[in-house]
Amino acid sequence: MAIHLTRETKVLVQGFTGQIGTFHASDMISYGTNIVGGVTPGKGGTKHLDKPVFNTMKEAVEATGANASIVFVPPPFAADSIMEAADAGIHFCVAITDGIPSHDMIRVKRYMRRYKAEDKMILTGPNCAGSISPGKCMMGIMPGHIYMEGNVGVVGRSGTLGYEAASQIKSIGIGISTSIGIGGDPINGSSFKDHLIAFEEDPETKAVIMIGEIGGPQEIEAAQWAQENMSKPLVAYIAGLTAPKGRRMGHAGAIISAVGESAAEKVEILKDCGHIVVPNPSAFADTMKEVMAKIS
Amino acid sequence: MDIHEYQAKEILSGYGVPVGVGGLAYSPEQAAYRAQEIGGEVWVVKAQIHSGARGKAGGIKVCKSSEEVSRAAEELLGKKLITHQTGEQGKVCHRLYIEEGCNIDREIYLAFVLDRANESVTVIASAEGGMEIEQLAVEKSESIIKVAVEPAVGMQPFQAREIAFALGLDKSQVNQASTLILGCYRAMRDLDANMVEINPLAVTKEGRLLAVDAKMGFDDNALFRHQNISELRDKSQEDAREMRAADRGLSYVGLDGNIGCIINGAGLAMASMDMIMHAGGEPANFLDIGGGASPERTTKAFNLVLSDDNVECILVNIFAGINRCDWIAEGIVQAVRSIELKVPLVVRLSGTNVEQGKKILEEANLPIIMANTLKEAADKAVEAWKKHTGKS
Repeated sequence: MAIHLTRETKVLVQGFTGQIGTFHASDMISYGTNIVGGVTPGKGGTKHLDKPVFNTMKEAVEATGANASIVFVPPPFAADSIMEAADAGIHFCVAITDGIPSHDMIRVKRYMRRYKAEDKMILTGPNCAGSISPGKCMMGIMPGHIYMEGNVGVVGRSGTLGYEAASQIKSIGIGISTSIGIGGDPINGSSFKDHLIAFEEDPETKAVIMIGEIGGPQEIEAAQWAQENMSKPLVAYIAGLTAPKGRRMGHAGAIISAVGESAAEKVEILKDCGHIVVPNPSAFADTMKEVMAKIS
Repeated sequence: MDIHEYQAKEILSGYGVPVGVGGLAYSPEQAAYRAQEIGGEVWVVKAQIHSGARGKAGGIKVCKSSEEVSRAAEELLGKKLITHQTGEQGKVCHRLYIEEGCNIDREIYLAFVLDRANESVTVIASAEGGMEIEQLAVEKSESIIKVAVEPAVGMQPFQAREIAFALGLDKSQVNQASTLILGCYRAMRDLDANMVEINPLAVTKEGRLLAVDAKMGFDDNALFRHQNISELRDKSQEDAREMRAADRGLSYVGLDGNIGCIINGAGLAMASMDMIMHAGGEPANFLDIGGGASPERTTKAFNLVLSDDNVECILVNIFAGINRCDWIAEGIVQAVRSIELKVPLVVRLSGTNVEQGKKILEEANLPIIMANTLKEAADKAVEAWKKHTGKS
C-alpha cells in the first residue's frame, strides 16, 4: 500500500531535458521509479533518456496514462507548470523548485480549488526534496538507499533532516511506508494534516513521524486534528529551538513571526494534544523503538 | 527585502494613499533646505533605517525652526539606532526624511500580510494605532479587525468599507479610507510585496486621513520581475556577513554563540544547532551550504564562519543527497590548508559517497575530529570547544 506513491505510479518529469531534470530523472529511473516520459515545451516528439518528450502535459498524460508528475521547472515558470499538471488530470505532483514567488503559490492554490475533491491534484512542495515509498517508487532528489521499506509514515518540511530521521530509524531496523516532503515555503501545496489523513487510512502505516520547524500554523493544525481523529501514534520533532525571533532560517517559511510559531510553543501544544515529542534530533531511533514496541 | 519609509510612501502615494509633503536629505544643510522648501512651521526629521519603533530609539525629531532641523539632522546622520527589531548591533542612519508636521487627532493601525493559514492576503486593522502589532495582539486583541482577500477577484470595495466602518471612521472619511485600503492591496499584489504596514494611519484634526509612517517588505523570490523595486535595495541596512553569504549562494544568519556551523539543508542546520545547545554549547551561526556544494563553496563557507571573531570551534554536519561527501571532504581539506585553522574542527559526514569522503579526510592527515552521528558530532564539538577555550 503506502500512500500516494506505489509501484503503479506512472511519473512524468516537467522540466525533463534541463540539467537538473536529467540528473534526477536518471537517478529515479535507476531506483526503479516508473518514469514514462517528460515535458519540455518545444522539444515534443524527441526522446530523452529513452523516454518520450512532449510539448504539453495534456498530450503527455493522454499518450502515457501518467498519474503523477515531478516539477524541476525554474522558479519564474514553476507555478504555471504546476497548474498545467493539475489541469491535465495528474493526481500526485511533487514540486522540487525552490524560490517560487509567494503570490504565485497563492494563485496556484486558488486555481486548484476549481476541482472537486476527488479530482483535485495532491501537490507536495514546492521547495522540498520529494517523496518516496521505499522499494516501490521514488519521486525526489533524496539518496534512495538510506530508506528501508517498513511501517512508519514520515512527513516533514526539510529534506536533509528527513534523511537524518530515516537513517536513524533504519539503523535499528525500522523502515518506512512512505516519506512525504511538504517543503519549506510559507505557502505550500499540502499541509501536515493532509498527509496525516492519508497515513491514518493506510493499513501498511502503523505510526507516523512528523518533522516540523519554526514558523507557520501547520504543525499545530495537524496536532489538533490528530488528537481528535488519529488512532495511530504521532511522533513529532520541531526544529529551531535556538532560532531567534524574526530571523529567517534558510527556508522561506522558517521564521517566527507570530505567537505560537516558535519551536518551544509548538512542542508545548504537541504535548498538550497527547502526542509523543522527540526530545532532540538524535533521538528519533530511541523514540521510535519505544513506540513500535508498544504497537506490536 | 525591506525598503525605507520614504520609498514605501512614494510607491503607495502612486496607489492613492495620502502622504505628507516631504523630501530626502543626506546632510544637515540639505535637511534645512528641505524644510524651507516644504514650508510651514513644524517639521519632522525622520531617520531612515530598516526598522520599526524608530521613535523610541530617538530616530524621530519634531522641529520648529530650520536651525532645529539642521541640529536634529546633525545628530541623526551617522548615528547607530538600536530598536527591538535591529537587535543589539543596531542600524546606522545614512538618510533622513524631512516631512511637514501634522495635527493628529487619532491614530489607526493598518497592515496587509501574507496569511499562511488562509493562503491569501489578509488585512489587519485596529482603531488603537501607534502601538506595535505584537503589543496590540496581546493587550488589545479584541480591537483587531481581520479581513481575508479572495485571491481570484482581489479585494472588493465592500470589504474596504467594512474595515473603515469598523474602525469607527466618520462617514466623510469612509470613502478616503476605502480608496487607501484598496490602493495598498493593489500595491501589494502588483509588486509582489509580502507586507505593507501603515502605522500610524492618522486622522488629522482637519478630518483627513494621512499615512504618517509606511513600511513595505518584498518577496525576494519575485524581485526578478520587479527591477524598479530591486533598485531600492539599501545594502547599508543589511548585515554585511549575511549579504556576503547570499552573494555566494549560502544562507547565513549570525547568532551570539561560539560554535560555528556548516551544514547542508535548513532543517538539518536548525536541528544541529538545537543539538549543540542540548550538548551544552551555543551555536555562532546558522549556515546552509545548500545542494551541490563544490569544494570552492565549502571553502567560502569556512571563510564566512571564521569571519565571526566569536567562533572558537567549527562543526561541519553534512547529510549528502544531491551533495557528495567526497566533494565536501575535498573542500574541507582545501579550506583547512589554505586558512591555517586555529580552532578545533569536528566533521560528521553521512549519505552519498560517505566512505570516499571519510577516506579523503583521514589521508589528508589534518587535526580533524571525526564523528559518525549527529549526537556524537555535537558532543565532540562542545567538548573540543571547552578544551580549546578552557571554559566549561
